[in-house]
Amino acid sequence: MAKLISKDKLDDLLSRLKEQEKYEVFAPVEVDGVTLYQHINKVPSLEFTNSNKPPKDLFFPQTETMFQLERDDKVFVGTKDIETSSDPILVLGMRPCDSRAMLILDKLFYWDYVDPYYKDRRDRTTIISFTCTLPNMPKESCFCTSMGGAPDSNEGADMLWTDMGDVYYVESLTDKGNKLLELGGNLFTDSDQAHDSKVAEIKVNAKKAISRKLDTNGVKEALEKSFESDYWDEFAARCLGCGICTLLCPTCHCFDIYDVISNGEGRRERTWDSCQYSHYTAHASGHNPRPEKKHRQRNRIYHKFLYMENNLDIIGCVGCGRCISGCPVNIDIIEVAEGIKEAEGIKEAEGIKEAKND
Amino acid sequence: MTDNVYKPTTATIKSIQLEAGGGRPIRTFKIQVDEQEARDQFLHKPGQFAIISYFGSGESVFAINSKPNKDGIIEFSVMRVGNVTGKLHELEEGDKVGVRGPYGNSFPVEDWKGKDIVFIGAGIGVSPVASVYRYVLAPENRKDYGNVTVIYGARTPKDLVFKDEFKTFEERDDLDLWLCIDWKFGPKGPTGESAMKGWPAINMQAPGETKVDSNRKFTAFVPQLVEVVKPNPENAVAVTCGPPIAIKFITQALDKLGWGADQIYTTLENRMKCGIGKCGRCNIGDVYVCKHGPVFTYKEVKDMVPEF
Repeated sequence: MAKLISKDKLDDLLSRLKEQEKYEVFAPVEVDGVTLYQHINKVPSLEFTNSNKPPKDLFFPQTETMFQLERDDKVFVGTKDIETSSDPILVLGMRPCDSRAMLILDKLFYWDYVDPYYKDRRDRTTIISFTCTLPNMPKESCFCTSMGGAPDSNEGADMLWTDMGDVYYVESLTDKGNKLLELGGNLFTDSDQAHDSKVAEIKVNAKKAISRKLDTNGVKEALEKSFESDYWDEFAARCLGCGICTLLCPTCHCFDIYDVISNGEGRRERTWDSCQYSHYTAHASGHNPRPEKKHRQRNRIYHKFLYMENNLDIIGCVGCGRCISGCPVNIDIIEVAEGIKEAEGIKEAEGIKEAKND
Repeated sequence: MTDNVYKPTTATIKSIQLEAGGGRPIRTFKIQVDEQEARDQFLHKPGQFAIISYFGSGESVFAINSKPNKDGIIEFSVMRVGNVTGKLHELEEGDKVGVRGPYGNSFPVEDWKGKDIVFIGAGIGVSPVASVYRYVLAPENRKDYGNVTVIYGARTPKDLVFKDEFKTFEERDDLDLWLCIDWKFGPKGPTGESAMKGWPAINMQAPGETKVDSNRKFTAFVPQLVEVVKPNPENAVAVTCGPPIAIKFITQALDKLGWGADQIYTTLENRMKCGIGKCGRCNIGDVYVCKHGPVFTYKEVKDMVPEF
């Protein structure tokens, strides 16, 4: 049965979680006009359009130390584990698009080999998604409903909360969510029929608020035959190669691994990398399989809409819109995907254009 | 924490062999994994690769060229081209490196039993092929396979790697060794005068018509030498490796001789960091060299998107 929690009880809930189980809590916080996930001790306003930076770095930090290097006199001869926390983590207020992105990252980071750093944080973290009632990023860029998601999707979340003014409507979805209900105890009260029907209405309205659409029908087919198309020159011509589309993407996962020595101490780090950078694929010999920006932009689109699906049976885009709102030269993934269908004549051939206009 | 796939185990350098000098020298390192438990886990198959750490500088990916063993012995050849490879070239016997793996798929040597095998390598590219010919030529396995032919070429005699081993090949009667060098070619191809002494030039216009006697050394490019040797495709597989351009021409030569693309095996290389399909970058279309490869049939290679 769904529960309710009064907004003025949230700080009490936080205190209980911290005192009883040492939860570390993260929530979207607006700082200088930018919304970012931050460690919190008191609950912030939580009225936000989606965070500018995706929450993936709570699980896969932009830079992290993998282990230290063991020193023997002047040289490094092995590895030394670093201390890690075992305390539980709570993310309060993830958007459903970003929670769904976790399912994509799960597939990748558990693909045959388990990534221990990701898994450790993922296992320790409870995700509370918020029904997205303030959906649009600046420039109206998000399109979750086109990518199989919805503003009230609970996929990837442990709980789904819906803002109802004075209270949150609380749906627990997993054992981790139930554990939170248990710890919160009497702070959660049973929902009633009035709230149940009101929440249904809020969810319907939230879906209506998603204005942008990408018709994914035909995208895969178009990509399968357009690898060498001139289309890629055309749309990549204005790309700056800055990589912001990948850094802001909640599902992009590429990284670099390297050693760092500072003050005589050595460590191995990994850091986000991007398929938009030329050195990313460059061989030591100087040969580069993706020498130009068009090859790299093409890889981004193909990876999301074709490669991920072929290898992991999931499309690598959740429609959060960050790559659109963040691009300094207005490259728009929806226009790119629609455009390739058009370039390949797939829209006309399959009557998709008409379907879209309905 | 779960077992950490990224954490290398330590190994000690047992021997270092300078294979080729020049601006980009090649050294072959033989290392042994230190801990018994780690040795038991590092049971590589022919064609797989390892990720080697120079602690304090980073990691680099190398084809393993030692034959499978239970002693944690790993051999790999390193061309000095960058940071980590530069550091590795400074190491001495007894020094420590890190190693993780083995990763990737392997040559299907079980399926090849009873077949003739032709190994074709060019330059340092022979390295990934070495693990499989060493497996096939090992006394305990040799009887499982038919005729073995090795065709190998490099720019100059000095650039031919694994010299000691190839010397033993010349003495073996259970394999046919063909070598070539190509540095003597002028703009018009090889001529009688330009060929190196003891390495006669082949007929470049019609390599297949080159007169062959007992000599097995030529001034030629590897693909043309393949046409001289004329390996028979019947009940046979070819294993080839080298720079992409060499592979392309080698397979064209094999095609002329009636070989099918699915009879030809090769290994591919791409820049890699993780080796386990997570860091991105090594993909050719949806094919991850680290996970789906590095061993592919030429038929599979032809089906890939043109992004090499």
